[in-house]
Amino acid sequence: MSGKPRLTYCNGRGRMEPVRWLLAAAGVEFEEIFLETREQYEKLIKDGVLMFQQVPLGEIDGMKMVQTRAILSYIAGKYNLYGKDLKERALIDMYVEGIIDLMQMILMFPFSPPEAKEKNLDSIKEKATNRYFPVFEKVLKQHGQDFLVGNKFSWADVQLIEAILAVEEKIPAVLSGFPQLQAFKIRMSNMPTIKKFLQPGSPRKPPPDERYVETVLKIFKK
Amino acid sequence: MAGKPKLHYPNGRGRTESIRWLLAAAGVEFEEEFIETKEDLLKLLNDGSLLFQQVPMVEIDGMKMVQTRAILSYIAAKYNLYGKDLKERAWIDIYVEGTTELMGMMMFLAFQAAGTKEKNIALMIERATTRYFPAYEKALKDHGHDYLVGNKLSWADIHLLEAILMVEEYKPDILSTFPLLQAFKGRTSNIPTIKKFLQPGSQRKPPSDEKFVATVTKIFNT
Repeated sequence: MSGKPRLTYCNGRGRMEPVRWLLAAAGVEFEEIFLETREQYEKLIKDGVLMFQQVPLGEIDGMKMVQTRAILSYIAGKYNLYGKDLKERALIDMYVEGIIDLMQMILMFPFSPPEAKEKNLDSIKEKATNRYFPVFEKVLKQHGQDFLVGNKFSWADVQLIEAILAVEEKIPAVLSGFPQLQAFKIRMSNMPTIKKFLQPGSPRKPPPDERYVETVLKIFKK
Repeated sequence: MAGKPKLHYPNGRGRTESIRWLLAAAGVEFEEEFIETKEDLLKLLNDGSLLFQQVPMVEIDGMKMVQTRAILSYIAAKYNLYGKDLKERAWIDIYVEGTTELMGMMMFLAFQAAGTKEKNIALMIERATTRYFPAYEKALKDHGHDYLVGNKLSWADIHLLEAILMVEEYKPDILSTFPLLQAFKGRTSNIPTIKKFLQPGSQRKPPSDEKFVATVTKIFNT
């Protein structure tokens, strides 16, 4: 047993990508098991390894953790990315939850029917531009610091850079009205652990394509 | 100003009921300002009180907190309902995410058309019986303690009781094959703060009815 965290999920972003981001940003090496067939998934359920019969599964420090938020919170807490006290944690949680709401729209996008895709894309653009990005632009402008919370790198920063890049993949000019976020994006991308994660050959997964969607539907469709 | 926490939400369960449960279980008195009209919501929006333009919003310890999970995590930690260390917190998070999913299946049933609603109730009952309740029954069986985590009352227990009672509103005998959950329900309901919350006249809200649906539709309809 290596002692490294081991992640079990499909070979694609989905609900596991924020976990890969956070571990990578924290400089933690991890292993991955990729689900490719329904049989593999059913075996995991039969073995009693998935508490609610779902992935992501993160085996870490002797725990078989499920539920993305629980896994992320544990990693943030363990690697000092969760603020210095309860109030900083509250801010980080609020920011992360907002970003997760935005990311949820991106997560579901490949699975929406073709006729709904344009509307959904407009929705992502609208929410990013009018609801979420303005909040973080304002936060950064108001305190003038490099990081969102407590003048220190935290889970909130990792979640935000992930979201910015994901939205930009769909809407390349999305940051055009957000100079603070543009600077934030450059700063975060240049942090050594994140820079490494953004390079080819890292565990970072590519945007979902048709093949990924087919695999997911095949494995999980009831 | 310290003062009591103040909850901003329409007068019904929705996304705020779990917050009422947790504060009540922790023995914390709180105030509520009900959003009854579109104008009430607009006032909050124009005041800049809603970080992501959404409710629930809870004024607590000088913060205007939004995002249900962030609010619940803060309350749990502040009132020592979040375990004694990172690993206990991880288990509590995992359990709470499960009950959040289960309760999420019931949260907006009242807003659905008859046929869809029946189908979703059936799905919820199936999930409760085959996915969620077995996990909690097993957890209690494995350690034989009164509470889910660390042999001490935590957010996970309060959330589970809330979920059990909510499912029972749809299927009163749902716990018939879960003896340990029956005992858990009995014990936990008798904890003084929770017992008080379960009595008439408390701030616990009734199941959503047509009136609540009409009010919410009026407030949030764009």
